[in-house]
Amino acid sequence: MSTTTEAPDTAAAAATPAKPKLKTSAMIASFADPGQKTSNAPFGHALVKAAQENDKIVGLTADLGKYTDMHIFAKAFPERFFQMGMAEQLLFGAAAGLAESGLVPFASTYSVFAARRAYDFLCLDAAEPNLNVNIVGGLPGLTTGYGPSHQATEDMAIFRGMPNLTIVDPCDSIDIEQAVPQLAASEGPTYLRLLRGNVPTVLDEYDYTFELGKAKVLRGGNDVVFISSGLMTMRALQAAKALEAHNVDVAVVHTPTIKPFDAGTVLKEINTDRLTVTLENHSVVGGLFETVASAVVTAGVGKRVVPVALPDQFLDAGALPTLHDRYGLAVDRIVAKVLAELG
Amino acid sequence: MPTDTVHDAAPQGEILQTAVSPERVDKISAAAYRIRHHALTMGEVQGQGYVGQALGAADMLAAVYGDQLRFRPEDPRWEARDRFLLSTGHYAIGHYAALAEAGVVPVEELETYGSDYSRLPMSGMSTYTPGMEISGGSLGHGLTIAVGLALGLRYQGSDARVFNFLSDGELDEGSTWEAAMGAHHHQLGNLTAMVDINALQADGKTDTVLRTEPVTEKWESFGWYTQRVDGNDVVALLAAFDNAAAQAAAVGRPSVILCDTKVGRGVPLLENREKAHFMRIEEHEWQICREQLTAGYEGKASA
Repeated sequence: MSTTTEAPDTAAAAATPAKPKLKTSAMIASFADPGQKTSNAPFGHALVKAAQENDKIVGLTADLGKYTDMHIFAKAFPERFFQMGMAEQLLFGAAAGLAESGLVPFASTYSVFAARRAYDFLCLDAAEPNLNVNIVGGLPGLTTGYGPSHQATEDMAIFRGMPNLTIVDPCDSIDIEQAVPQLAASEGPTYLRLLRGNVPTVLDEYDYTFELGKAKVLRGGNDVVFISSGLMTMRALQAAKALEAHNVDVAVVHTPTIKPFDAGTVLKEINTDRLTVTLENHSVVGGLFETVASAVVTAGVGKRVVPVALPDQFLDAGALPTLHDRYGLAVDRIVAKVLAELG
Repeated sequence: MPTDTVHDAAPQGEILQTAVSPERVDKISAAAYRIRHHALTMGEVQGQGYVGQALGAADMLAAVYGDQLRFRPEDPRWEARDRFLLSTGHYAIGHYAALAEAGVVPVEELETYGSDYSRLPMSGMSTYTPGMEISGGSLGHGLTIAVGLALGLRYQGSDARVFNFLSDGELDEGSTWEAAMGAHHHQLGNLTAMVDINALQADGKTDTVLRTEPVTEKWESFGWYTQRVDGNDVVALLAAFDNAAAQAAAVGRPSVILCDTKVGRGVPLLENREKAHFMRIEEHEWQICREQLTAGYEGKASA
């Protein structure tokens, strides 16, 4: 496409042969592989289902209903949905107030806004009194190419320090669907790292059910053990398959609940001769890797753990596949890292 | 000087009559037309985006860059420059267009908008783009930074002015009002806020998401010199800037220009789009958009 300036000649612009299409950075990008099985808005539909069985459940958002799948709930239960505007302190303060009144609120916004800008309100208003306030954070980790204003690469690091808070980092639509009613049923505040839109469906191929607070061994393997959470469990499973071609046998342990952490199950898998790799869609600081490292050290297990995680820096803007490759979350990068570690 | 004296120094909400010459109006109208054209160029690369906001705010951007800001295009970090803070990061497409019009960013570079390794990411970031003073995009930050900048510049004896561009959605954020109080308390006559009121935000129309009206009375009650204009009327915009400057010089009070604008302004095809916050525009429609933009501008120019 030609660039026109002061006297635009639109006909000429249209006649210019098209250049190769540049890779771009849509805010809401999908990390699903082309042709992959997906489920649309699993959170929204799961919340509607849970709300049909529990009339205490209410929904709120901060001008991001359409972008956190909360609009599904808003449409199904308009009288139980409260739009708070783009005012996150109000959103979570009000969620605490709704919980104080006896209701079970699910409050959605992007993870960056929940973690960075409303922390004090969540901490003092919801966590300290241990209220059943359910925080739903869209675009966790690196799931948008929109730059650091929208990339919540440190949300788990921020939230792990909050007493009473349960943190769930789901892998796929199955995880989300099964987690929502359990989050509603659990006492105290929760944080769901929301995967929204067309979310991959992966775990149906494994003998798996989500249990709040539990890690699950998805597949066994003799050479390497992957400990993963969130969308990186999907990548871990893909990398494990790819490593079969290199005669590397990889086990995958999915740990969707980051806090409280199922150290028992995870340590049993780590305390072996296999190479241990953690995989997370989060900064290497303060997320799954450090959760695992802390469990390992606390238990006195002398064991090296290799992290696959985002670097401790503000990330670039760009197309999501480009960024996942650049920062090491892509399957090829995981495979290369494991092969290098195994020498 | 006690702040309540300042508060009473001039009538609130009154727009002083200022003569705006036709030459000034023509210059800014032409710049606004080119900014709109640049925005369409960038939007076409992506096939979608915040094109509607750029079109709506083009007159405001043209007026501030073409008529108010003191800057050196070849030296974007020139110490004595006036500061323009884009608080609304997603308006970056409009800001890049204005920076190209101002000669800060090469026009040829616009077609890299939002692409890998581009200096023009979809959301405005100061580390990427010359002339971009802050990384916006998390809304409600700009005015807080502007308060500090205005304080710092004044303390250091600079006569540079600070302009902060906000959208009406940002009025939802409490931080905006903390900053509004701070600016008045500190009598920041070197600070001008511009609010694009297009009455639309992510989840829908502003009055259905979080009612912010009456906006004029809110700013007035916070002690600001407040003017509300048609943000797509260049004469009114320029007069408002003149009034703001005169007011600042007279009594040292922050000014806000509340600009009612229309999303997609200048391109009728986009003005009436239902899904207007983040527009998807079909491949064949870009040409129609450009033709409508040019026809509207030339029609106006010859009228």
